[in-house]
Amino acid sequence: MIRVIRAEWRKLRRPTLFLGTVGAALFFTGLFTSLLFILIDSPRGNSDPENPVSREMLASVGGSVIGFSTVGSLLGIIAYCVFAAQTAQEYTYGTLRNLLVRQPGRLRLLAGKLISMKLFAIVMVLISGVLSLAISYFLAPSADVKTDAWFTSDGGIEILQAFINVSISVIGFGIFGMIMGLLLRSPISSIAIGVLWILIIENLLGAVRSSTLDWLPGSQLNAIALGGTPQVTYFHAMSLAGIYIAVGGLIAAVLFSRRDVAN
Amino acid sequence: MHPQTIAISVQDLSKKYDSRFAVSHANFEVPLGSICGFVGPNGAGKTTTIRMLLGLISPTGGSGQILGHSIADPDEYLKHVGAMIEGPAFYPALSGAENLHVLATLGGFSHERVSEVLTTVGLAERAQSKFKTYSLGMKQRLGIAAALLPSPKILILDEPTNGLDPEGIQEIRDLLRGLADKGTTVFVSSHLLSELEIISDYIVMLRKGEVVFAGPIQQLFEAQQPFILVRCEKSADLEKIVAIAIADGHKAHIQSGIAHIEGPADWAGTLNKKAFEAGIILTQLSPQLPNLEETFFEMTGDKK
Repeated sequence: MIRVIRAEWRKLRRPTLFLGTVGAALFFTGLFTSLLFILIDSPRGNSDPENPVSREMLASVGGSVIGFSTVGSLLGIIAYCVFAAQTAQEYTYGTLRNLLVRQPGRLRLLAGKLISMKLFAIVMVLISGVLSLAISYFLAPSADVKTDAWFTSDGGIEILQAFINVSISVIGFGIFGMIMGLLLRSPISSIAIGVLWILIIENLLGAVRSSTLDWLPGSQLNAIALGGTPQVTYFHAMSLAGIYIAVGGLIAAVLFSRRDVAN
Repeated sequence: MHPQTIAISVQDLSKKYDSRFAVSHANFEVPLGSICGFVGPNGAGKTTTIRMLLGLISPTGGSGQILGHSIADPDEYLKHVGAMIEGPAFYPALSGAENLHVLATLGGFSHERVSEVLTTVGLAERAQSKFKTYSLGMKQRLGIAAALLPSPKILILDEPTNGLDPEGIQEIRDLLRGLADKGTTVFVSSHLLSELEIISDYIVMLRKGEVVFAGPIQQLFEAQQPFILVRCEKSADLEKIVAIAIADGHKAHIQSGIAHIEGPADWAGTLNKKAFEAGIILTQLSPQLPNLEETFFEMTGDKK
């Protein structure tokens, strides 16, 4: 298993993938966090128009990580793309056969790849979290946001919780990407369908009938990143996302372990 | 063959897709330390058989053993097997060396081994270039290098000379011979029969999913009808040569200015004497055995 993790990490650490992914994550993190402070007095709001983030909210014990939590689902989409591409490309490049000759234990291979990609996602989340905290700290004075509460023990717990929640959410999105990569065996198809679903279809369904947000998978993972939303509780989101991932993962694992590798 | 001398054996091995057999009840054994040519036209079932031997696809019937272990348990034997299946497949954005490091890490092989195999296949100078910049021949060499990583007891190569220039083909031929001399069993498939004829000790011949011959290459040729090729100074004399052959009970015909006479090598002397007595000057008198390609077409009944 350790060998599989290390072998996968060799692929994940290549500069174009690692720097490209972390760069994208930092860009979105920086943008979303900065806008919270820069547009705090804007009449059009600094966030979702229906749920603007006030100066008081930013000054609260959890204020330091509001930007980080908000960008969580975007980090999740990045993770979805990376997991899906890294999995499906083994089929399109034909490299899966090489891997299986060197590691015939298919579930071991799958688990090792997943653990390695989870580590990659955690590194991405960690770097994004640090950047978001730094931006928040440096922009807070100019936005007249007090930061005293951030550095209390409760503030520290909020930071830790946000990191855990965003990590769970991002890894959840990533596992969905891996499942789609295994099912579709094409990076383009799995990324296109997944991103279309998360960014457009779920939002359309939510706009037409808001109750669908109670059970749609992307909505659950978004709620986990935010530590729960007014509509979806944290416990509900964790439970339902866990069921989706368990069922999807089981189907993908069975298919992967039994399917002929004929390309 | 004694079980301890067998590298690969299959019994009634089959793979069926819907109603079509890709491989049908294949039976053969490959001796340890031999170079076994796995022969057949495109679509004969060679790659499907190799995939079953490597645990990549499940047989629909029959069984097989590699180094005494069932092909149902690839974990048991793949650490001793190097393979290149259906062309080289690597990550385009990684260098040749990095691609091999991924496989070396996965297989638990030393990273010094990566440099060794790259040198063996003549890719050391381009090891740090990205795979996507490699020529077809270089990609093929990298595939062979990957197969050599585990210092395999059995090397399974599917069409290893595709894309190689004549010099490259010669190098691969020498490499395989050298490995076999050191005790490695080489199982190499190709549709280029002339290529396999040169290096193989053993042949498994496949046609439309069925094994039509499996055994030592010499046994294959000995079972075939030898023939004699004759050229005359005057082409008009070829008709007379054919008449002499037929009178002596041999089948004969003229093709492209050469008389082809079915008959053993020792009858060539008799023919030479009779031609001399008839005043015919021969410019060529060559007893021959059929080559692998001719034998293949003879055995399968396919037209050349």
